[in-house]
Amino acid sequence: MRFKTKLTWADVTPEAAYLNRRQIMTGAAGLALGSIAGPAFAAPELGEPNSFEDITSYNNYYEFGTGKEDPARYAGKLTTDPWAVQIDGLVERPGNYDLADVLKGMDIEERIYRLRCVEAWSMVIPWNGFELRALLEKVGVQPSAKYVAFETVARREEMPGLYSPVLDWPYVEGLRLDEAMHPLTLIATGLYGRELPNQNGAPLRLVVPWKYGFKSIKSIVRITLTDKEPPTSWNKANAREYGFYSNVNPEVDHPRWSQATERVIGGGLFSAKQPTEMFNGYGDEVAALYAGMDLKKNY
Amino acid sequence: MTAAQTINGALRKLPIWPIYLIGALPPVWYFYLGLTGGLGVEPIKEFEHRLGILGLQMLIAVLAVTPLRNLTKVSLIRFRRAMGLLTFYYIAAHLAVWLFLDVQIAAQIWADIVKRPYITIGMVGFVLMIPLAITSNNLSVRKLGARWRKLHKLVYPIALLGAVHFVMLRKGWQIEPLLYLAGIALLLALRLPILRRVGWPMRPARQG
Repeated sequence: MRFKTKLTWADVTPEAAYLNRRQIMTGAAGLALGSIAGPAFAAPELGEPNSFEDITSYNNYYEFGTGKEDPARYAGKLTTDPWAVQIDGLVERPGNYDLADVLKGMDIEERIYRLRCVEAWSMVIPWNGFELRALLEKVGVQPSAKYVAFETVARREEMPGLYSPVLDWPYVEGLRLDEAMHPLTLIATGLYGRELPNQNGAPLRLVVPWKYGFKSIKSIVRITLTDKEPPTSWNKANAREYGFYSNVNPEVDHPRWSQATERVIGGGLFSAKQPTEMFNGYGDEVAALYAGMDLKKNY
Repeated sequence: MTAAQTINGALRKLPIWPIYLIGALPPVWYFYLGLTGGLGVEPIKEFEHRLGILGLQMLIAVLAVTPLRNLTKVSLIRFRRAMGLLTFYYIAAHLAVWLFLDVQIAAQIWADIVKRPYITIGMVGFVLMIPLAITSNNLSVRKLGARWRKLHKLVYPIALLGAVHFVMLRKGWQIEPLLYLAGIALLLALRLPILRRVGWPMRPARQG
């Protein structure tokens, strides 16, 4: 199955308006839209994408600090070139893959997804990236593999938040293999046709649009195929509040706040909340993955 | 004349109304910033959090008045009522932002107060502040007499509730709210009668 529509962010927002709205857009933009293969997929009614400024100035990336503005302030120090990804575990061709080798032969598409944070806010983001499935097929998944584990880079000299023990570093996340192989599951390499900013998880970050944002692990340095459910950072920190699945679900509240509604970032001081959709609106595509599962227990 | 006496003499000459005037400004300033993009791309939470932190900071200042006087003899007690009322003003504004800009939905407000422990705790703290704010006038002090002093000891649990509310609302154990909690716990500990026995400077216990 293949999700394609003719819609791109440029259709939703005229380029002039988008440039105009963001004074921070500087010269080296290189809006290489021509080089981006294929139009995008957009499942739910998403509305207008958030501005480049929204997406790059309001981030949760605790390795750079717990404030929303900390990643934009400190992530510039992160070295993303050279970059390598260790791919190991139950794969046919394990190894330490250079970024160029990871990207080789990958079809970089544009995907407009809504990102729903577990903190009850959301943004609409025009990602560029490739399907994780393509990378997993490239390295060859052994038949015994059932899960995929991911790990974020952890360099104290470049990431000041690592001195604070909010989480057990490095940040780790995981997916069931069928979730990882789902065509919606993306490895993002850019947004708005530009290189992925460091605060958004450069150079490679996972995007799983039907799960809360913290599942979409940033700045990936390791991918491991396993036969056991891998540990995940927020689940280790507080299992009662953050489950392994963490599918967006308006009926299962976070113990400390409701998940029934969300605030769309960018609406200003008087912005209204909107109802949160099951699976963040991607239920038609992904509900079958969880057929027969009690999602109140497997939150 | 000691330095403390000189400072106290100078402080006595200061009027109190400028504290109310200057203290009233930050929420108005934040509101203006929120309208004009100065609070970032999610101004509602930012506005709400700044007001809450401002309230906690003013509460810490209120709690510091007595230990400061015991330690240095410098007395800010003339300004404490203004500081207390400003605390109430900041926390009332914090609550108003939560009600009208953040949650918005009436049914969800009540559900949150009942179901979410950190909101319950914050709400209890606010409710306890109301009688203190109402009795912050000379008439009440006269009429209530010794009971006024007893009533206003409520500020101690209020401060703890406020700090615990802050610690609980963050994801994970974060340093900043824990520092506020530690600061408030320290200021309360400095009032424990046991300290007098180890020679900590403290006024004699009052009658009644």
